[in-house]
Amino acid sequence: MAKAAKKIKVIEQVRYSCALAALHSVLAIDRAVPILHAGPGCGQRLSTALSTTNGYQGTGYAGGHAMPCTNSTEAEVIFGGEKKLKELITHSLEVMDADLYVVLTGCTADIVGDDSTEVARGFQKQGKPVVCAQTGGFSGNNFVGHELILGAIIDQYLQPSEEIEPGLVNVFSIVPYYDAFWTGNLEEIRKLLEAIGLKANIIFGPGGGVNALNKIPKAQFNLLLSPWIGLTNVQQLEEKFKTPYLHYPVLPIGPTETSKFLRAIGKYAGLPSEQVEASIAELEKPYDYYIERSADYLLQARVGLPSRFITISDSFYALGISKFLVNDLGLLPGTQFIIDNIPAKYQADLEKEFKDLSPTISAPVVFTNDSGTIREKLRETKFRGKPLILGSAWDQMIAKELNGYQLSVSFPVADRFILNSTYIGYNGALRLAEDIFSVLVSSNY
Amino acid sequence: MSINLTTPEAQIRENRLSSITGYKGSIKDLATQAGGCSLKSGERGFTQTTACSLGCAQGQLVLIKDAAVVGHSAIGCGSDTIQSNINNRRGQFSRELEYTNINYINTNMTEEATVFGGAAKLREGIREAYRRFNPKVIFVTTSCVSGIIGENISGILEGLAEEIPVPLVPVHCEGFRSKLWASGFDAAFHAILTYIVKPAEKKNPNLINIINFSGIGRKEVVRLLGRLGLVPQFLVQFTTVDQLSKISEAAATLSFCGTLGSYLASGLEEHFGVPYIKSLQPHGIAGINSWLRELGKVLGREEEVEKLIEEETAAIASELEELREKLNGKRVVIGMGPSFSQNYTRLLQELALEVVWAASWHFDQRHDYGEIPATILDLAKNEKDIPACVSELQVHEINNLLRQLKPDLFVCRHPGMAIWSAKLGIPTIFINDEYQSFGYQGLINFGNRVADTLANPTFVQYLASKIKLPYTNWWLEQDAFTFLGEAPPKKKERITKAVV
Repeated sequence: MAKAAKKIKVIEQVRYSCALAALHSVLAIDRAVPILHAGPGCGQRLSTALSTTNGYQGTGYAGGHAMPCTNSTEAEVIFGGEKKLKELITHSLEVMDADLYVVLTGCTADIVGDDSTEVARGFQKQGKPVVCAQTGGFSGNNFVGHELILGAIIDQYLQPSEEIEPGLVNVFSIVPYYDAFWTGNLEEIRKLLEAIGLKANIIFGPGGGVNALNKIPKAQFNLLLSPWIGLTNVQQLEEKFKTPYLHYPVLPIGPTETSKFLRAIGKYAGLPSEQVEASIAELEKPYDYYIERSADYLLQARVGLPSRFITISDSFYALGISKFLVNDLGLLPGTQFIIDNIPAKYQADLEKEFKDLSPTISAPVVFTNDSGTIREKLRETKFRGKPLILGSAWDQMIAKELNGYQLSVSFPVADRFILNSTYIGYNGALRLAEDIFSVLVSSNY
Repeated sequence: MSINLTTPEAQIRENRLSSITGYKGSIKDLATQAGGCSLKSGERGFTQTTACSLGCAQGQLVLIKDAAVVGHSAIGCGSDTIQSNINNRRGQFSRELEYTNINYINTNMTEEATVFGGAAKLREGIREAYRRFNPKVIFVTTSCVSGIIGENISGILEGLAEEIPVPLVPVHCEGFRSKLWASGFDAAFHAILTYIVKPAEKKNPNLINIINFSGIGRKEVVRLLGRLGLVPQFLVQFTTVDQLSKISEAAATLSFCGTLGSYLASGLEEHFGVPYIKSLQPHGIAGINSWLRELGKVLGREEEVEKLIEEETAAIASELEELREKLNGKRVVIGMGPSFSQNYTRLLQELALEVVWAASWHFDQRHDYGEIPATILDLAKNEKDIPACVSELQVHEINNLLRQLKPDLFVCRHPGMAIWSAKLGIPTIFINDEYQSFGYQGLINFGNRVADTLANPTFVQYLASKIKLPYTNWWLEQDAFTFLGEAPPKKKERITKAVV
């Protein structure tokens, strides 16, 4: 059961950002450009945090200082910034080469009450591909922002389709850039779905883009592969296009969860079970090969193995990683810290998942976004042997204090350089095992 | 007095230094017009995201060792503390210090706070910062949200004064107040000058304040000043609060960057009697000579300085000559903050490179001691004028400029800039460490870096062959400054004398 952490409202150490930081969800759509109606520092700061210091992902096609921005100062705060926004959008359409322009608002624009959506609507009426999401930083975190942006695109851009394409599945899952492994992860989801005979429509990353957006209304169904983020979007799509959705809350990492996931999605899609089982058997083979090879090490190194693993991460990774380590690698969980400020209405479901990690094993959960709270909780814990902390770069310090192992998997992944790694599926599980045990073998346990 | 320590906040640079963010012309023209009322900032009809004061203020303060910072803002404004923590590690590594995380708490202002105020959260943030970090001082940085809703920061801090036994210091750095992010340096230094620095009980005639950023390459400064019997202390990152309180004991203040150091150094001079060495900055030979000579003059050690200069110059003479032959005539474009841009323009010419354009992100028409920056006056003395612009991180301008000029090399400073020249296939040097070209040996090191960068351009060439810029063909054919509106008509009178 979740223990009620002391009600701390302030946040030590940033483990997520504000709604406007979801500008990265726009940057993750091939040939989409964000237009910020925000203060002068917002774009740079959020870009530094979510791109640069999180796996060193870089600015991509039009990120960083290329993003058009009103750079609102005193004049816009006092007199309103709608006129300036209109001018900026007009020129952005001339200057920036894109298929879709997404206007995002920051704190200043939203507090002074600019009707930015109305300004964007003016361009929509002229047939321009411009949408607007109100993402003032104070209105929520970047998970909420991600939903707001997708919501704006669904609401203001997508058109109904006459036909439905059987087997086409829209994938709504991890949050681009925030998850430093997002490109590799989405690619792995695509491979898994295609392996059982579905066509994955993935919006973010290479190969997605506006074409993928335009295909959304044609899908047979939507897949929400996430504990909670994106639920409002698939519900919105159900309302607008009557597309049904499957909500699968566990990020599939490792053979147990991945095979379970593929069976569930195969069943929902109406695929013949023999076909799905045959695919799973093929997919499991390489995993089994490597796990057999590494078993010597895993058995002989027992004395150095972590006593308990702790995750300090968003609910995606916390659940996915825990299930893999418990069900496939035989490790034991300590407290799982969930930092994504998951809304209260989804907390019970997540807690239940942690309660039933396996038929015999459950893990305590703490919901908090404050590192001070996490640190105090960990200091109170009595560890026998070395704990394994799967968190962010902030957690190197507490891991050292606890004489434990540490691997950064969750924002900010500031101590690693990430390109196309994935932690999802069978391959991702192997990669996670490589990373974890590399930490072990490189330390003097 | 130009530094007013009786006000709660530093005036922004637009008002204090008549700083500008939009201009196209030349170095001589900039120098001629600087300091008066004639130079006005051009406005743009199209702008890309820049930077803000909060980042500069926070970036300085979170790296003071035993201080804590409470950011009174939405959580997004705390995001770049992740970068600060990386800087923290880098600084600790170079100083062989134990690794720690920075002491930062964000008040996470949400919708509720924008409607009802965030006083309760700010109080909690301060109490938690005190309880968790046991700091010697707590700085409270403001933000757009706290500024617009009119949060009474000083009142809230005063209310906690009895409960929390360390100075609670407001730092006014709302992003929307200034187009010049460097105003944030001033906000941080104003807070330090007003709340931390104490009048000197006794002066230390050998102690020299050095205002710099993270100070990765301090060893060479220690060596050079050591030869004069002087001991540098590096400000303000990685100092302790106690050290900061005593910086008035120093015999003089030097700065690595006129943009960074102007406010703190001038404040120390005006209010605490520490002379500010108003020289060129110590990049390249002319820079380091000027830095040392002005210092020697103030301390009465001219002869020792001349001897030092002679020996150090002689030691690099042959290597410098080799480099100059190798690099002779290569065409360079520069894009940096004003102080670095001006100082590097001079330095690159010392290496026999031809600077074909000098862009700076802003331009301070004068420094806080009332004079036009020495660096621009020095450049303007040259026979040859250099085209220049003030470009506020506008990469659409820089991209078109570089396409048009096709230089052999782009030398830049500020995160997020290097990529845009590289995408054009132009070899690029990013100046991250401020000590990269410090002094005599630094010039040689930097020259070699230039030679190495030119020697193997395959990476940027590959990028350029594969990558499309995010601009329309229409834009790429326009003049770089199409969206930079004309500055308002010139007016007469100058506030200070321009010496050109």
